[in-house]
Amino acid sequence: MSERGRTIAGGLLFAPLAAVPLVVTSGRWIEFLELTLFTAVLGQGWNVLGGYGGQYSFGHALFFGTAAYIQALLQFKLGWSPWLTMWFAILGAMLVAAGVGYLSFRYGLRGSYFALITLAFAEAFHVLSRSFIGLTEGGRGVQLALNQDPAQAFATFQFNFAGPFLSTYGFYYTILVFLSIAYAAVWWMQRTRFGAQLVAVRENEDAAEALGVDAFRVKLGAILLSAAITALAGIYHVQKFLFIDPGIAYGPAKSVEALFAPIIGGLGTVLGAFFIHGIGETTKEIIGTFWQERPGLDLILFGVILVLVLGFAPRGIAGLLGEAWRRATDRACN
Amino acid sequence: MPPTGRATDVLEVTGLCKTFGGLRAVADATLSVAAGEIVSLIGPNGAGKTTLFAMVSGFLKPDAGTVQFQRRDIKGLRPHAACRLGLARTFQVARPFPNLSVHHNIAIGAHTRYRRRNQALAIAAEVAERLGMASRLDDHAGSLTVAGRKRLELARALATRPRLLLLDEVMAGLNATEIDDIVAALRGIRATGITIVLIEHVMRAVKSLSDRAYVLNHGRMIATGTPAEITRNPDVIEAYLGHGAAARLADGQIDA
Ligand SMILES: Nc1ncnc2c1ncn2[C@@H]1O[C@H](COP(=O)(O)OP(=O)(O)O)[C@@H](O)[C@H]1O
Ligand SMILES: [Mg+2]
Repeated sequence: MSERGRTIAGGLLFAPLAAVPLVVTSGRWIEFLELTLFTAVLGQGWNVLGGYGGQYSFGHALFFGTAAYIQALLQFKLGWSPWLTMWFAILGAMLVAAGVGYLSFRYGLRGSYFALITLAFAEAFHVLSRSFIGLTEGGRGVQLALNQDPAQAFATFQFNFAGPFLSTYGFYYTILVFLSIAYAAVWWMQRTRFGAQLVAVRENEDAAEALGVDAFRVKLGAILLSAAITALAGIYHVQKFLFIDPGIAYGPAKSVEALFAPIIGGLGTVLGAFFIHGIGETTKEIIGTFWQERPGLDLILFGVILVLVLGFAPRGIAGLLGEAWRRATDRACN
Repeated sequence: MPPTGRATDVLEVTGLCKTFGGLRAVADATLSVAAGEIVSLIGPNGAGKTTLFAMVSGFLKPDAGTVQFQRRDIKGLRPHAACRLGLARTFQVARPFPNLSVHHNIAIGAHTRYRRRNQALAIAAEVAERLGMASRLDDHAGSLTVAGRKRLELARALATRPRLLLLDEVMAGLNATEIDDIVAALRGIRATGITIVLIEHVMRAVKSLSDRAYVLNHGRMIATGTPAEITRNPDVIEAYLGHGAAARLADGQIDA
């Protein structure tokens, strides 16, 4: 499938996703879908820079965590509305992205060097968020007050006590809207000169430069957009769990999650996210059934399955489906 | 057609030097190209031709010397900026965007002058048509043959609407028919007012195309003149490995 084809295929998933509450009433399934869409937002953020731009970041927690901390702290310390803080969260993530992007791209760090510098920055912020206790509350984390007044549900961007429908589906729709925004942004990007130039830089940076593409500016633009999308995941996370600490914000888990979804799914990140959580839940279930509680065992099984998937479908699930589609249509033509 | 004075000079290179480690790849190279000329840059492998192009187009920083494009100092300009001024280069080893179609490859060049996507795609289709690639528009660039890739290099560069084209061995690896096609295409390009400097080993093409030629050997410019003058120059014959080369030159073929 072409990149545009994948975006369209991804877009077609939105209608059924929006209709989910008509069918799915089990809280557990909603949680599963929410988690999946959350991963898809992270993945789509990473995808702008990694998938389209070919700059593989291992530290996207940097943008997730910065947005989450800003979202939490401005409410916690200054009592700002979450609807206001979210703009600062996005801006903050973009500011950090501008810094990292400037340093990396100005000095021509590519490939594994770029991956390492993003990883290093995320780790640095991890440590800093622990040690600047006055600013971040340190390792204790930031706990936001739970709003129990249904009338304040929207004002506080908290759906826990917002009536039977919203308390179940409020955050599901939040993350679905965020994912739609992410998809719309990528869809727009693909039809602009910026998007075309970004892909050209991924394909061959020198050739792109020779053809008038300012690779530095294009990559900087990509990391900014990437960070802005990733920030949405951070905002959602804080509003949903009302808590953030250094490990959740800047630990490696989010960085890995962000890059796994697009790599497993191919560029259709929604598929990858479904797959990751599908496997994750299944392995937990299997292990729960056969070995009871064995923390860590599910991760090993998860890893094995990931390796198998990548071994058999190096271009991701979308690549696999595209291949099957091509074969089916070839046969039809013959 | 000798240069007719500074007013019409498109490219003016003086005293250009580049050293890699201890190796002097280009030493004190000087070259000037007037508007509308086709100038060949020839010389044995490793003479420093590609390095000279890389310095002129902003990919390498010269150790010394000056580069003026349309009487403007462009030394130190990054490649994309040089391209926007109207100086486009191709690569000796073609560098297509392999996962993009031929159409989208060329459109990247067209975007240098056109922001809108459909405009760039229209220009790209036009350029492909002119270079006889129209039937290949939807092919993946990665699936092209050597000849196809060379042509794509040329098409992309042309789509940037350059004033000056620096072509690095666009005929290497092509058969006689393909070379004739490219020679015809280059004549057509020159007819539209674009100045061309080409690095070339195919002497037949050099002779039939170029107004003048420069010969680079061990980084030094050892001769300049019309193709006929160059091929008679003893220094040049010497540079191409003595008698064997002289004999091949007499045949009008050099495959250094
Ligand atoms: N990036 C580089 N680093 C080190 N040496 C180089 C580099 N580029 C070219 N050279 C050397 O400089 C010399 C000139 O190379 P080049 O300009 O490619 O020659 P030509 O294009 O005339 O065949 C060669 O000896 C080559 O090995
Ligand atoms: Mg060369």
